[in-house]
Amino acid sequence: MPMQAQLDRRAAVAALLKDRKDMLVVSGLGSPTYDLHSVGDHDGNFYLWGAMGGAALIGLGLAQAQPGKRVLALTGDGEQLMGLGGLATIGVARPRNLDIVVIDNQHFGETGMQASHTGRGVDLTAIAAACGFAAVGTARTLEAVQRLAAQIAEPSDGPRLFVVKVLAENPPRSLPSRDAVFIKNRFRAHLGFAAA
Amino acid sequence: MHSPQPNLDTRTSDDWPSQLYRILKAADVRQMSYVPDAGHSQLIRLFSADSDVTTNVLTTEEEGVAIAAGAWLGGQRSVLLMQSSGVGNCINMLSLSAIGRFPLLMLVTMRGEWAEFNPWQVPMSRATQPSLEAIGLKVMRAETPEDLVETVESAASLAYDSDQQIAVLIGQRLIGKKKW
Repeated sequence: MPMQAQLDRRAAVAALLKDRKDMLVVSGLGSPTYDLHSVGDHDGNFYLWGAMGGAALIGLGLAQAQPGKRVLALTGDGEQLMGLGGLATIGVARPRNLDIVVIDNQHFGETGMQASHTGRGVDLTAIAAACGFAAVGTARTLEAVQRLAAQIAEPSDGPRLFVVKVLAENPPRSLPSRDAVFIKNRFRAHLGFAAA
Repeated sequence: MHSPQPNLDTRTSDDWPSQLYRILKAADVRQMSYVPDAGHSQLIRLFSADSDVTTNVLTTEEEGVAIAAGAWLGGQRSVLLMQSSGVGNCINMLSLSAIGRFPLLMLVTMRGEWAEFNPWQVPMSRATQPSLEAIGLKVMRAETPEDLVETVESAASLAYDSDQQIAVLIGQRLIGKKKW
């Protein structure tokens, strides 16, 4: 059995994004969207409230359009499990500027904390490695997340996936706008694109 | 009767994939994603040989809906190719395009509606247009190569210039019968 995670998800995400510079971030629905907003709203954030399984692939399209910028898909175990095939697509596409960080509480936290696959032996890092990702890893402590943040800031020759094992708890929600058109136009304006 | 100089209509009929490629390039499409269909094979080859276009082969069609939204966030236009059976896989992900008013252009080759050998293609074929319309897409159909070229040109403008979500259904009669 894997050891019980002790890490607080908000502290982990804060450490991960402490020095994000011009990184663009797409967050998966549920807790990762609240986590991302909790460390400070940012024009370079695109928050999902649905489209489960799509966070990493939105990240892929964005990374391919913006090869000069680092793109982070910040998502949860349930969201990434719904998009497992996307890891094969991303492995084949091999973007050099896309990282996926899965905040893994091993549960479906938004719907009543039902246990997910990742607490029952399914290893997302092994799946990503088998899909040809350039690097994978698992962080279980704040120090490991700090090292991970430094690693993400370094160039890569392919996509990377990291799992951050966190406590299964729901901190108070930190809610960004649910208006996707507003968030989309704000994000594009941040990159210098005019609204239609 | 043989003619050494085929007229324009004949060329269009024979080579509509090249016409679609030309239109999509003129519309500045920079990303193309697909789950293969025999009817799309020439268009897939043309895009795959084009170093100015990033091409993604997908494991399931909804991935392409998400990629298209990400491409647009990053300032690029994307087109998604699939057959009608793949439309069913896309439905929840199309919430993203609909609620975010993301430009979306899907080119869908129809199966299960004209001289179909495989009965398993028929139920999703019947559900393709109603399910796309139910989630909020505009559906356009073409039954001849000439109509298809004009329809895709119009659909590209609606999608990328007017932030619309469009599926162009390419009739199976146009694609021709699959050889078994």
